[in-house]
Amino acid sequence: MGIETSMQTNQGTAIPPGPDQDLILRQVTGELQDKGFVLANVDKVVNWARTGSLWPMTFGLACCAVEMIHAYMPRYDLDRFGVVPRPSPRQSDVIIVAGTLTNKMAPAFRKVYDQMAEPRYVISMGSCANGGGYYHYSYSVVRGCDRVVPVDVYVPGCPPTAEALIYGVMQLQKKIKRTGTIWR
Amino acid sequence: MDLDIKDLGDYISSTIGADADDVSYAQDELTVTVSADKLIKTLGFLRDDANCQFKQLMDICGVDYPSQPLRFCVVYHLLSLTLNLRVRVKVWTDEDTAIPTATGLFSSAGWFEREAWDLFGIYFSDHPDLRRILTDYGFEGHPLRKDFPLTGYVELRYDDEQKRVVYEPVKLTQEFRSFDFLSPWEGVQTVLPGDEKAEDAGKEDAS
Repeated sequence: MGIETSMQTNQGTAIPPGPDQDLILRQVTGELQDKGFVLANVDKVVNWARTGSLWPMTFGLACCAVEMIHAYMPRYDLDRFGVVPRPSPRQSDVIIVAGTLTNKMAPAFRKVYDQMAEPRYVISMGSCANGGGYYHYSYSVVRGCDRVVPVDVYVPGCPPTAEALIYGVMQLQKKIKRTGTIWR
Repeated sequence: MDLDIKDLGDYISSTIGADADDVSYAQDELTVTVSADKLIKTLGFLRDDANCQFKQLMDICGVDYPSQPLRFCVVYHLLSLTLNLRVRVKVWTDEDTAIPTATGLFSSAGWFEREAWDLFGIYFSDHPDLRRILTDYGFEGHPLRKDFPLTGYVELRYDDEQKRVVYEPVKLTQEFRSFDFLSPWEGVQTVLPGDEKAEDAGKEDAS
């Protein structure tokens, strides 16, 4: 039962590569070979799995979409976080609202959000999605996408850089790990 | 016969000058002002005449002058690819008077006229499908009119009980502030706080 206790003491935080990690991995391997099973907390394993494959719904609305594309492209390569853009809300875990949400788009956006399977997360990217931004006083723009859907992470900027979006994705991963429940 | 734009202006005023209210040439641009009942005839002439050949309608836009009795100006921009020339046609109208549609001459006019209707509320008679094109479904008002408030009349949020997006009268936590965009080197008359050189600068100017 040594493995279970060591996992609990770490409280779900990642162990950096090195002798400590090697030790635990060796212990797990030994346990597996000896008994054929390992004990771990289901919620932690589930949330670890979720952070490793956050598939975002493609929802580029304006210039922020270009920065979002940069984050997907080889230089920053969100794929290595398991973040793979999906064209369908049914396959998505997170929706990145990248750009100005207009009144005309809002019902369609809510419909897309409603079609996503639980657990679902929302990243609001850029000033316009956060609070209307440049178009705050416009007659045709929603003053923040949190008026339409609940938002998990706000990424500031106009537009935010690709690095900022990646940081936002990492914050969301941290949030999922920290929340630590299977049901939202 | 290829005419340059100035000669073309003379040619147009000599041929359809009686129908046009004004043919003006300024800053290398040609503007023909006509009344609404002569519009189709003028556009047809500009499109079909061998010296004009303005076969393409690039844009129809509206201009709002709220102080004038005929408050709207509808501006047609035409391009002649064969002659590499452009011409502008202006028509004046008010809120109630319809302008004849140009869809019979230029098929691109359909959406341009819908846009002018949507944003200015200018009527076009005999348009095949005159409805809104840009603004929200069920939108009220014409946003590019000068008397339309910047923030509009309604705002939108998702209602958790009705499970749909609802519209409510607009409520702003902070009013829109209009800033003075004159350059700080020319426009600002006041002394900025902490500007210890302001007094010396004033003395230098006086001396």
